[in-house]
This record gives sequence, C-alpha cells and structure tokens, in this order.
Amino acid sequence: MSIGPEKTGAQVMIDTLLSHGVEVAWGIPGGALLPFYDDLYNSSLRHILVRHEQGAVHAADAYARVTGKLGVAIGTSGPGATNLITGIANAKMDSIPVLAITGQVATASIGTDAFQEADTYGLTIPITKYNALLKNPDDVARITEEAIRVAMSGRQGPVHIDFPKDVQSGLTRKTTPGELKVPARHIEPVPLVGDLDQLADAINHAHRPVFYVGGGAVMSGASEVLLRIAEKAQIPVVSTLTGLGAFPGTHNLHLGMLGMHGTAYANYAVQECDFILSIGARFDDRVASDTKDFASHAVKAHIDIDPAEANKRVAVDIYVQGDARVVLEQIENSVLRVETREWAKRVAELRDANPLKFTLTGSDIKPQYVIHRIWERTRGEAVVATDVGQHQMWAAQYYPLKNPRHWVTSAGLGTMGFGLPAALGAKIGKPDSEVILFSGDGSFQMNIQELGTARENNIKVKIVLFNNGFLGMVRQWQEMFHGNRLSHSQIHFNPDFTAIAGAYQIPAMAISKPEEVEAAIDFLLNTDDIALLEVRIPAEEKVFPMIPSGKAYTSMMDYEHSGDGSVFSPNQFKEN
Amino acid sequence: MTQSVLSVRVRNNAGVLSHVSGLFTRRGYNIDSLSVGVTENPEVSVITLVVSEAPEIVLQIEKQLKKLVDVLDIIDLTGEHSVKREVALVTIYVNKSNRHEVLTLIDVYEAHVIDITDSEVMVELLATPRRISSFIAVFADFGIKEIARTGTISLAYPSSRKGADKA
Ligand SMILES: Cc1ncc(C[n+]2csc(CCOP(=O)(O)OP(=O)(O)O)c2C)c(N)n1
Ligand SMILES: [Mg+2]
Repeated sequence: MSIGPEKTGAQVMIDTLLSHGVEVAWGIPGGALLPFYDDLYNSSLRHILVRHEQGAVHAADAYARVTGKLGVAIGTSGPGATNLITGIANAKMDSIPVLAITGQVATASIGTDAFQEADTYGLTIPITKYNALLKNPDDVARITEEAIRVAMSGRQGPVHIDFPKDVQSGLTRKTTPGELKVPARHIEPVPLVGDLDQLADAINHAHRPVFYVGGGAVMSGASEVLLRIAEKAQIPVVSTLTGLGAFPGTHNLHLGMLGMHGTAYANYAVQECDFILSIGARFDDRVASDTKDFASHAVKAHIDIDPAEANKRVAVDIYVQGDARVVLEQIENSVLRVETREWAKRVAELRDANPLKFTLTGSDIKPQYVIHRIWERTRGEAVVATDVGQHQMWAAQYYPLKNPRHWVTSAGLGTMGFGLPAALGAKIGKPDSEVILFSGDGSFQMNIQELGTARENNIKVKIVLFNNGFLGMVRQWQEMFHGNRLSHSQIHFNPDFTAIAGAYQIPAMAISKPEEVEAAIDFLLNTDDIALLEVRIPAEEKVFPMIPSGKAYTSMMDYEHSGDGSVFSPNQFKEN
Repeated sequence: MTQSVLSVRVRNNAGVLSHVSGLFTRRGYNIDSLSVGVTENPEVSVITLVVSEAPEIVLQIEKQLKKLVDVLDIIDLTGEHSVKREVALVTIYVNKSNRHEVLTLIDVYEAHVIDITDSEVMVELLATPRRISSFIAVFADFGIKEIARTGTISLAYPSSRKGADKA
C-alpha cells in the first residue's frame, strides 16, 4: 500500500478507474455527486452526459458488450440511483460487466430519510455480483479495485458502489488498493474442472451432434476455436439470443437461433440430435421451455464458467466448469476430423425444407425484408442493437451476424428502452463500425430522450424505427393465445417521429410503401450523420416460427402463407 | 423432506445477512432456521442454515452461496458427524393440580426452570433441535404461552472431520 500525498476519495476512485483503462463513463451529476464531479472536471476520464440515468447504464452495458471492457454508469443519490436499477438488472441477466457508481447522502445522514436518500445498497443486492457502501475514504481504492475485478472475472456481471458525499470529499493517503478482501475465487481465473477426455469422446462418438452456443461463448472469445472444431467435426451450431455472432451467421453449419422464435431447422436439429453441447448457454426457458422435452434423445454436455449453472434447469450428462474458449482449446486436438457427416447433410435438408419465410406484397413494407436488405447492404458486418419486441426477434432472424460482439440486445431481462442508449454505447465502443438500431414504436419512446445525447456528442447511429402502432409482441400473444382481445396493446397516439428527430436536428425520413425501401436504405446508410428511418409496417405481421411458452418443440408453429403476395425466403447462406 | 445443515462462514460485513437471506427469498429456497453469531475470528461470522430441500437443491444453494463475495466457505454439517444445538425459552401454562407433573417432566428433559408464577412456568432448554421439538410437543398438552428458539448452531466433531467441504 503506497502512502503518497493525500487525495480525495473521489480522486482515488477516478484514478483507480483510469488505472484499469476505463476510458468513458456515462452519467448525470447531482447534489450528492458534486465532489465527485468536481474531481471529474479536470480528469482525463471521458464523461458523456446522458438525459436519463437509465440511458447511462444501458450505454455502459452496450459499450461493454461490444468492447469486452468495463462499462461505467453514474447517478446521483435517490432518484439518480433508482433510475439506474433497471439497467443494472439488465446487465445482471446478460452477465455484462458494468460498474454503477451512485452518490449517497453524507454518512452522518444515512438512515435519517435525508433529502434524496434511498437505500441503494439494499436495492442492488439481488442484481449485482458485488456491491458496497463506502464509509471511509481509506477504503475507496480497495473497494473500487475489488468491484472492477469482480465485475470482470468469472461469469461477468454488474457491480455497484454507493459513494456518500463526505467520503467523496474526504481525504486519504491510501491511494492504491492494498490487500483485497474478497475471496480469491471471485477475482481469479475460474479453474477448469471436469473430464475433458469424456467430453471429447462424447463429441467423437456422436452421430448427430449439435453445438448450442450462448453468451458465454461470446464473452470468452471462443469464436475462432469454435469455428475450427465445428468445421473439423462437421457439427451444426445453433445459437441462443445472446450467442448470436459467436459463430458466423452465414456459415453452412450455422442454423441460426433456437428456441421460442428460433428457426424451424435449428429446433428440428435439436429435436433430432443425439448429442448436444452447451457452450456458455444456460438452458433457459426461452430455449428449453419444456425441460423434459428438450433434446430428449441426446446426451447432454455443458461447458460453463459458472458452476451454479450446472444442472440448474436441465440435468446434463457431462459438465465442464471453465472458460468456454479455454475448454474448447483444450479439447480441440482430441476432436476427430470428419470429412462429411450424414448429419450435416440432414440439417442442410432440414434448412432447405423449412426456411425462414414471410409474404411480400405490393402494398405493405415487411420488416423482415427491410432487415434483410440492410443486412445485404452492410454485408452482415454492422453492429446491430435492438429494442425489445417483434422487431428484436426479426432482427435476430434476418440479420445473421458475421462477427462476435456485434450484437447488442437485451435478452434475459427483455428491457424495452434498451435500444437507443445501447446503440450509443456501442458506437462509442466501436466508432469505426456502422451501428444500426432496430427499434419499435413502443420501445423507442421509453428512452427517446437519448436522441439529445446522440446529437450533442455526434454519435452517428442509424436508427430503423418499425412503427406498427402497437406493442406488437403483446398484440401477437393476444391474437394467438387470448382470443384476439387486444387489451391495451394498441398505441392510439404516436408522435410524428420524423418531426421529433427534426427537433433534435437529426436527419429523418418515414416510409410506408415497398417501392420506397431502397431509397430509404440509401438515405440511412449514406447520411454521414445520425439518421432515423421510420418504417410503417402492418400491425398484423407476426414473428414465426414460434414455440408457445411452456410447450415442447413439437408444438412449433411455422409461418403459413395465406392471402395475396408471394412467399419470400432470404437465402442467408449464399456466401458458403 | 430431510433437513440439511449448512454452516456458512462469512465476512463480518454490514449487509452480509441481507445478501444471504435475500438469496433465499429470490430463489425461493425454504429456510427452517437461520442463526448468526461470531466466531473465533472477529472478522468472521458464521451463519447456520437449516433447510428442507432435496439434495440437488441443497447443492444449488451451496453453489449460489459461493457466488456471494462475503461468503468465505461452506461446510455441510448434515448428518451424524456434527453436533447440533439449540436453545429454547418456553413459557408453559400450569395450575395447582398439574404443576407437579409439569415440573417432573421438565426434569426429565433436563431443562432449567427460570421463573414460576401461579399460572406459568418459564423454562430454558439447551438441547438438540429434535429434543427441543419433542419437549414442545409434550408440553403442548398443558398449553404453551410462548416460545423463543435460537435456531440451530453446529460444529463438526473434532474426531470426525469428514465430509467438511471447503469452498
Ligand atoms: C420495460 C418493459 N415493459 C413492458 C415489456 C413487455 N413487452 C414486451 S414486448 C412489448 C412490446 C414492444 O413494442 P414495440 O417496441 O413497439 O415493438 P414491436 O413488438 O411492436 O416490434 C412489451 C410491452 C417489456 N419487455 N419491457
Ligand atoms: Mg410496435
């Protein structure tokens, strides 16, 4: 522990962040953060002022998703802190490393119902990996260090530090962390535990293997080794919503997303397989809704960095604890080369027989088609952010991503309003990439104020706003499962979104006819600025395939063509 | 359902109890008793949990507990290799005609009488949780006014340090 000149607690925290390579923080100041922001004033840490703290934490989350670095969000005590809560929970569900820093009333006032006091520490207990209420400037360096290390270690996730005003301004000589007090298992690499020979054997002996790839594969950087093994052993790959991008979307062996709105062929392959290996995926209820039915003929194996995921929902035959990339690298040489596999041909057949499809008509724009064309125009290389709803599922289906860490979606929590601030965070994280946000008219209005943050900082994201006049996903369920009683899912009044964009000095355009699509995509992609494209789409359009909640894969409903128009299936696999 | 006894050693932080008990509510695990106290090390407390859950759920509980940063280690003290003790304070209704019988029974259980009035006897009993339950069942017939139990505490017998599982 170095005993240097005295510094304020706030300065020590900022220095600790900088020492970890933190480049940007998102936030809003307030009374309980004045000392902190005072020290931020002269620091090299970039701060982006958002319009709502929820925007700060979603932006930090997205930044972390695309860069693999820590995201940092800041809010003042009381309402600033509670505004962060949704985003912290969001990061928890998707295991994203975010540090939330909140102002707190001075230590002497804690517990007195002081102005803007809330028990933020208590509030974040169930939604963080680590949280702390600082009481002494001497602890700032250590606790900040611990928080960052815990966030970035093992199964990553959000952490929170509650920072009382007097601790921010208080002086300390303890400017470096010293000895940490968290047990080593929370900050050191997770040891590999499990029988790798057994795992490799099971892969080699399978006739109809499937790799089931989740967010853990993305987080661990397993893409390259995953591709090598899948190609070598000719193993088809299905992805969860968070796993998209871990495996090249257009690869012959890639079957797209599985589960509730997965492709029919991914789900058929899972039903028919005799071996399934989860690589950083957690058998959640959108994938294995009926746990008994899920891949019921298969030997099940699971690689996960979090031992608590072993046998949590679905019992597996083989479990290996460890980082997905490390485990795959260790078994790579033991997995046998297979020249062609009957099974790979079978899944190609399944795919050709049951493609994603929708109907093109002359009168309406189909959201799937717009996404498909943007995918073609951007060669599948854009960073894609989404909000939550039907448009999210269409984006997952019709924008097969080429690369990992290019997909920014709220999966586990399903947070409407995530999209816009997330797109901003992604663009700051990957400034040289095209960042496209697919949003819906409902979700967009939940954090629409962040258009101000985008404009102020010239964060050039491209926004595609699908306007169906509905909380479309809710409507879809009501139509299908609640006797078409559209209870409060219609948005009877929507603003003129292009006028709103205009008020923020953001170029915008709205279209409603199929013949306008190409020019609109030109506008979107060729505008060297933020751009918003509102696409008016029919409210009746639904997301298919669909496995109803709680049902087995055999209950999958696929798209059925009726009425006018022609069925369209994008060929997403022409590249291989 | 069989009961499992988990001894959870935690860093003595404000908030650690919220983390542990919050885990149980959040994930819907059933706790029969929870007791907290200090240990030989002033920076460490021990939380003794008694849970009625299937073995695979108990395993999940242990794994989830290990994810809490303040949890140092967990020892499964279920079974015969550990001592389990609990203290109960029980106030029993008595009258002239049954007082003698009550006092005799109290003696049988080796419980201590703390206070007596015409109508009540207050007793202290240090015993295994099972014996305390049996005591309470027996005195229910006479009428129990109130009970306070500490919850189980437990340590492995030094002579059988088996099955202890370091986190
Ligand atoms: C914060 C929040 N509130 C409510 C929901 C429930 N919900 C899920 S999808 C959805 C509709 C989303 O509407 P929109 O953004 O227009 O997308 P669409 O489904 O129409 O494409 C709602 C209300 C949610 N996921 N998040
Ligand atoms: Mg909508």
